[in-house]
Amino acid sequence: MTLDRIKIWLCAIVFLSVSSVGSYADEKYTTNECFEKFSRGTLKFNQALDRAILKPVAKGYRALPVGVRTGTSNFMGNLRSLLTFSNNVLQGDIKNAGNTAGRFVINTTVGILGIFDPASKMGFEKKSREDFGQTLGVWGADTGCYFVLPVLGPTTTRDAIGLIGNVFIDPVYHLTHGGETDLVVGNENMGEHNYYIYKGTDAVDFRSKNIESIDSLEKNSIDFYASVKSLYLQNRVQKISNQPISSKGQDDSDWEEIDNQ
Amino acid sequence: MKRILRSFLLLLLLSFILQVKSFAYSTDPEKFISEIIDEAKLILNSSDTKEIKAEKLSIIALKTVDVKGIGYYTLGKKRKDIDPDQLGKYQELFEKYFLKSFTSRLTDYSDPKISVLSAEKVSEKYTIVKTMLVKTDKKPEVKIDWRVYTKDPNKPLIRDLIVEGLSLARTQKEEFASILNSNNNEIDALFQKLEEFINK
Repeated sequence: MTLDRIKIWLCAIVFLSVSSVGSYADEKYTTNECFEKFSRGTLKFNQALDRAILKPVAKGYRALPVGVRTGTSNFMGNLRSLLTFSNNVLQGDIKNAGNTAGRFVINTTVGILGIFDPASKMGFEKKSREDFGQTLGVWGADTGCYFVLPVLGPTTTRDAIGLIGNVFIDPVYHLTHGGETDLVVGNENMGEHNYYIYKGTDAVDFRSKNIESIDSLEKNSIDFYASVKSLYLQNRVQKISNQPISSKGQDDSDWEEIDNQ
Repeated sequence: MKRILRSFLLLLLLSFILQVKSFAYSTDPEKFISEIIDEAKLILNSSDTKEIKAEKLSIIALKTVDVKGIGYYTLGKKRKDIDPDQLGKYQELFEKYFLKSFTSRLTDYSDPKISVLSAEKVSEKYTIVKTMLVKTDKKPEVKIDWRVYTKDPNKPLIRDLIVEGLSLARTQKEEFASILNSNNNEIDALFQKLEEFINK
């Protein structure tokens, strides 16, 4: 399938999903399963993969000096901010787009290719990452159903479309896939493998910061699959609204009933 | 002599019990959380075994957390469908489950540094106390919001922990709902899972 065809399909899917529902204010913290049996199996497969590869690599990465890890994390975060910038713009969030662009320029230059983070000290606050799934949510697309992808982990119909959409709007993807795409931004000197190194390192960095919390969740859950699903969906809701759950207030209907019993 | 010594020890024990019983937490939600954190820190930093730490943390939890309320909340609408005996059994199992899960999560942290940042009264019944688990060489900083139930202003109670914006009570509720859903909504299936966790 050519890239143009993929683009047409993507546009059609995005149009259909956006036109199907209201706003993220209606967003639910729970959603239906697409195919639960398959997803539960996939989660087990992902856990095995994590135990065999990602977790040991993350532990090794954690053994590196703090400075090296912080520099790597900053460098990855700086590259990742390009995708955030694209999504800030698509969401019409000009204020955060300015903040993201400012951070990128300062950290890439003064911060030596993003290894250091002088932008934070200059008042450009580090904000949460944005992706195309979040953008679809801001546009009013329905969450769709929940499922687990091999290797990539938990997702929903909307976020899976977002994953494909990220490829089209991520400048890092185009820089590293310059020879293959017909887009303006391109650099044939950078191989595709750089993109996957970037993605892999980002995953290892994330995993190394969450070794204990994931262990604790696995140890203390009576249904790990349901815990992961709940945490994933809550996280997406707050990322789309850019507000933590606690400040928005929760759905207190259940608590109200308990109080009145 | 033996009798005097025994009486003295008894008196000492009695005064200790009275002291523990009379300790009251502050009614100000921010101070309330601050006191709990300080108390938990002392326990976690002590040289006690994991089991003793868990026991001491359980005592704090029973005094400061609305375990019964959280139990009802996590059971969701199912609590209306079950009979009083089943509800009683659920409450008993839930308390054991909650304390084991709560203390197990905490005892994984040997030297936590938590700063209390601020408190925000979000409604007549709730105040959110914002805290931060300080960054270490290995772990990033973690924002922890404590949802304090203040309907009775003289006895604040914790109803939820919101870690980086993710509600633990909600997660637990959905975990229980998932178990019920995959077992024809049978409460016994949930009892079995809780018992398995308590006894493991």
